[in-house]
Amino acid sequence: MIIGVLREAHPGETRVAATPATVAQLLKLEYAVVIEPGAGIASGFTDEAYAEAGATVGAASRGDIVFGINTPSTEQLDGLREGTALVCLIAPALNPDLLAGLARRRITALAMDAVPRISRAQSLDVLSSMANIAGYRAVIEAANVFGRFFTGQVTAAGKVPPAKVLVAGVGVAGLAAIGTAGGMGAIVYATDPRPEVADQVTSLGGEYLPVEAADVEVSATGYAKEMSDDYNARAAALYASRVPDVDIVITTALIPGRPAPRLITADMVASMKRGSVIVDMAAANGGNVEGTVAGEVVVTANGVTIIGYTDLPGRLPAQASQLFGTNLVNLMKLMTPGKDGALVLDWDDVVQRGVTVARDGEVTWPPPAVQVSAAPAAVAAAPVAKVVKPPASPGRRFATVGIAAAVLLLLVAAAPAALRVHLTVFALAIVIGYYVIGNVHHALHTPLMSVTNAISGIIVVGALLQIGHGDTAITTLSFVAILLASINVFGGFAVTRRMLSMFSRS
Amino acid sequence: MTVESAAQAAYLVAALLFILALAGLSRHETAKQGNNYGMAGMAVALVATIALAIDRDVSHTGLLLIGVAMVVGAAVGLWRARVVEMTGMPELIAMLHSFVGLAAVLVGWNGYLAVEGGADPLESAALAAQGTLGIHHAEVFIGVFIGAVTFTGSIVAFGKLSGRINSKPLMLPGKNVLNVGALLAFVALTVWFCISPQLWLLVVVTVIALLLGWHLVASIGGGDMPVVVSMLNSYSGWAAAASGFLLENDLLIVTGALVGSSGAYLSYIMCKAMNRSFISVIAGGFGIEAGPAEDKDYGDHREVNAEQVAELLEAAKSVIITPGYGMAVAQAQYGVADLTRKLRDRGITVRFGIHPVAGRLPGHMNVLLAEAKVPYDIVLEMDEINDDFPSTDVVLVIGANDTVNPAAEDDPTSPIAGMPVLRVWEAGQVIIFKRSMASGYAGVQNPLFFRENAAMLFGDAKDRVEDIIRAL
Repeated sequence: MIIGVLREAHPGETRVAATPATVAQLLKLEYAVVIEPGAGIASGFTDEAYAEAGATVGAASRGDIVFGINTPSTEQLDGLREGTALVCLIAPALNPDLLAGLARRRITALAMDAVPRISRAQSLDVLSSMANIAGYRAVIEAANVFGRFFTGQVTAAGKVPPAKVLVAGVGVAGLAAIGTAGGMGAIVYATDPRPEVADQVTSLGGEYLPVEAADVEVSATGYAKEMSDDYNARAAALYASRVPDVDIVITTALIPGRPAPRLITADMVASMKRGSVIVDMAAANGGNVEGTVAGEVVVTANGVTIIGYTDLPGRLPAQASQLFGTNLVNLMKLMTPGKDGALVLDWDDVVQRGVTVARDGEVTWPPPAVQVSAAPAAVAAAPVAKVVKPPASPGRRFATVGIAAAVLLLLVAAAPAALRVHLTVFALAIVIGYYVIGNVHHALHTPLMSVTNAISGIIVVGALLQIGHGDTAITTLSFVAILLASINVFGGFAVTRRMLSMFSRS
Repeated sequence: MTVESAAQAAYLVAALLFILALAGLSRHETAKQGNNYGMAGMAVALVATIALAIDRDVSHTGLLLIGVAMVVGAAVGLWRARVVEMTGMPELIAMLHSFVGLAAVLVGWNGYLAVEGGADPLESAALAAQGTLGIHHAEVFIGVFIGAVTFTGSIVAFGKLSGRINSKPLMLPGKNVLNVGALLAFVALTVWFCISPQLWLLVVVTVIALLLGWHLVASIGGGDMPVVVSMLNSYSGWAAAASGFLLENDLLIVTGALVGSSGAYLSYIMCKAMNRSFISVIAGGFGIEAGPAEDKDYGDHREVNAEQVAELLEAAKSVIITPGYGMAVAQAQYGVADLTRKLRDRGITVRFGIHPVAGRLPGHMNVLLAEAKVPYDIVLEMDEINDDFPSTDVVLVIGANDTVNPAAEDDPTSPIAGMPVLRVWEAGQVIIFKRSMASGYAGVQNPLFFRENAAMLFGDAKDRVEDIIRAL
């Protein structure tokens, strides 16, 4: 099959859906690749580079599969044949008309932004890979406008305090921003409704600011959801108290299929220091910050710069194209089980089912719900595994002990006198054995076992007393028993000694 | 003071010394001392018993045989103990358990020959006068039964651990019926034997017990072998205690009960660590659900080479190594210890995370690392280290599989669901040393290998570790 790579028609788009490197990988899957002239120029890839990698330069509409970053323009769609598989960003939740249009054209539409959030599908999740770039770029944009160092320094020319960065929303983009800002030396704070991300924040060197609220967030899709009024009020209080103190705010809060939540009000912006910078990564969906203009940089009356770029990944075009292209290659690997250049759509696979938003003239979005295997599912699974037996009531326990004691009492009372003494010794020894090793250190399990093994060689005592009283059979058997038990005794103690002499402290 | 009473006193001393030995073995500081107490106790007991035997007019041949048997036994035992590889420890211990079991069977048979068989009419007359002749019958029977179960069980455990027997659980149809049937037959035969002590009954029960011991352990999967070995340890104790009842010897009873109950408790601790039902492990429950690796697509794994791992390690601040049985098989512990020293010299924090059931014997990894002179205070157990993974840069998983399988936490349908595991995937980067992509002992695929922050380093663990050391 032929894969056609579109030259992006979207104004300002700098990315391209395949790079020379990913073209080579697609060729390995036995696909032929046709790339439109000049498609990679904005990302720094020339037509010659593609040709060198093995692609043909020509019209993408020749392809049985068409790759794009954004949904193609109407003219581009008109050029596609029926049955073509179109792979690009579609945003099916926001564009029902577009979906209907694709279905009408009998195009098989694979929406790269509809990849289910399961671990297996991570390698084709373009939202994650783009968010990663965007988070990085957001910090770079902020640093570009910010008039000071990120890192604190003590120099001959005086002391420089470190910049303070607040990241709102710890998704992939937020984490990338935390890592980047932290790496540049800033003090980073982060907030998110999902308390389980606290560890991730800490691991990147940031400080997690929890919102003290009753309803904690667990979402079955792995994305954030809208929060209650109570939560929002508390979160607002947190932002209001923190924002005046920080130099840079990066907001990344997005809820799939809904306008971005308003986190930072105009009052909070007004409370910030002159020269502070806000990067609103949700600008395209209405913005987390009051006063954001999508695609623009705004400077407020009190000198705060609000950056509302919506093309942050596109500002790192070579990197973004490479990652996007690799995600597409991974999708092709998944859908080309024979590695023979033939696209096979496995309708039973949740990933392939989830990605496919239109097929055979029908809109197939939304897909049936998928239980995400990310963190929340683990939490849900835990209680199933750990069914804790309720502790028996004191009364019942008492009764059990009582019955056991009575049975034991009857048994021992019925036993002959000679046996009774032995039983006493036996019972007490059991209890001692249990308590003596109660706190054994895990590392000593093996030596303990080998020493008890040596000690159980005490059975030699029995054989010693049986041997040499005339009867040949008994003496023979005893001889063997003594021999075996002696191996046990000497071997057991010696090996324990050897093991113990190895344990040393640093 | 007669020899008899002195021997009794010596037995008491020996029993107390054994208790001190077990108590000492539960802490590093006192462990060596504990072992010495145990040896002292054994010496006291042996001297007292031989004195007692002489006092009871043992024949010269008998005395000579004792000497020969003990010298040969000691020589074999000391030789095995000296030459055994630390990786072969589980097999050795399983083998030693079988000796105790067999000795208990022999002692029981001797008891039968002496009393019921009529070789020692004085003893049987004394028992009859006491009215405990019937009890003696039962004691013979029980002692032989436990001893025989321990014997074949240990042999099978030995075979599985040393790879002579397939470690897959044996699946006979109606295996529970077989086990319960054997137990019921044992009870019925005991009653019969008490009423009419005949030799063929003893032969039958010996055979049944041998088969039962074989079947019990054969139907337990290799992954549960640590618990089984510990359980057999307990059985060998009970066998000794049963012989004690038979011979009316308190030292045997006390020691057997000590070993039996401590072994049982140890097995219980281990089962709890694996979140497994004690009963189902003994009855061979685990292997049942662990079917062959299921047909599921987990995505792709990534490969790295030793140089890349060395670079990763050089850039890391904190490293955790989680070894498993694979490290033991490859004899990689010396290389790992060397790597640890090199990294620590560079100021990198290196620690070890040991899963309770890593290896084929509880504490197996600790012993191997100790052999290679890894300081024991950087060797931590699962609960101590599990919360530290998120703040760790690199985790090296060396020959471990099931103990680091996230499916145990994420996938309620997994055969190992609910088993506590080392959460290595929370670390920045996980490197898995493995010979191939084959599944682990439990036969379960490991989704860890396909995680984004995981990479595979294929090959023999020892060679790869040495490659890394060279690249550092």
